[in-house]
Amino acid sequence: MSWNIDDVTLNSRLVMGTGGASSLSILEQALDASGTELTTVALRRYDGQARDSVFALLQHLGIRILPNTAGCYTARDAVLTAQLAREALETNWVKLEVIADEETLLPDPVELFHAAEELVLDGFTVFAYTNDDPALAKRLEDAGVAVVMPAGAPIGSGLGILNPHNIDTIVSRAQVPVILDAGVGTASDAALAMELGCTAVLLASAVTRAHDATAMARAMSLAVESGHLAAHAGRIPKRPLALASSTFEGMVTPA
Amino acid sequence: MTDTITIMLNGERHELASPTTARGLVSGIVDKEIGTDGTPADGTRLGIAVAVDGEVIRRGQWSDFALAEGHSVDIVTAVQGG
Repeated sequence: MSWNIDDVTLNSRLVMGTGGASSLSILEQALDASGTELTTVALRRYDGQARDSVFALLQHLGIRILPNTAGCYTARDAVLTAQLAREALETNWVKLEVIADEETLLPDPVELFHAAEELVLDGFTVFAYTNDDPALAKRLEDAGVAVVMPAGAPIGSGLGILNPHNIDTIVSRAQVPVILDAGVGTASDAALAMELGCTAVLLASAVTRAHDATAMARAMSLAVESGHLAAHAGRIPKRPLALASSTFEGMVTPA
Repeated sequence: MTDTITIMLNGERHELASPTTARGLVSGIVDKEIGTDGTPADGTRLGIAVAVDGEVIRRGQWSDFALAEGHSVDIVTAVQGG
């Protein structure tokens, strides 16, 4: 079940975000129930309050931190944010997120690509949050990102995977892990991502904003695991008509 | 007599005694003693980074980095997100 990034082995294929939880204790229970081993945080100005406690929480839970560049609109801002994250959190892993506008939160492909090139040159292990565009995914991979992370649907929308065919195309052509990122609403979305061949699923709101975050975290954990098993179990081909599973031989016929 | 300088700290005007190093500023803000290597004396991890005028100042350089009038300083940490 395990997968690797650099020389790190991860057993869970569910990557969690920490955004959207109403309290740190709910977040802690949800992260625990999810079984995640890799979790994102954002980077913001230190305000002297208990803002650093998510860092303390993840250290306490022994969960590896994946800092993101959420909120950045330009390659320049994203690169500086990534460099600050590397310094603050002592990791060269970064979830690169460069958004085009606040309404869709969809990636700006041009800024994203420039930032990816720069960060790869600077020695980062880049997890690139991208559109579900097979051409851009390939360009990012060629630029040296470690992971391609196409959006299933806009962040926080819970709309699921709007274009499964594109995700399938991205996965089938990728030489690097593909993580379905954003848009997951419920367990079947996560299972579908894995059935399409994704290496892992990244989600936050679907769990942190669920009525029962802990139950949904467990549901996502099971969905990711079952989707992964199904993807590698050799599913039956789809057929236009039925194929009986009971033999017709030895049927009882009325006299 | 001590000189005073004004910097921008996380987007707001902030007065400092001069000389103040980046290490001194961070130490005051997080209320912890910080060693010359930029790590807290209590052995914990700070989870903080410093940028001056858009350039990251590595923690190992905080002791040698003297803040000057007009510097724009950002001190950042991890928050819930993503």
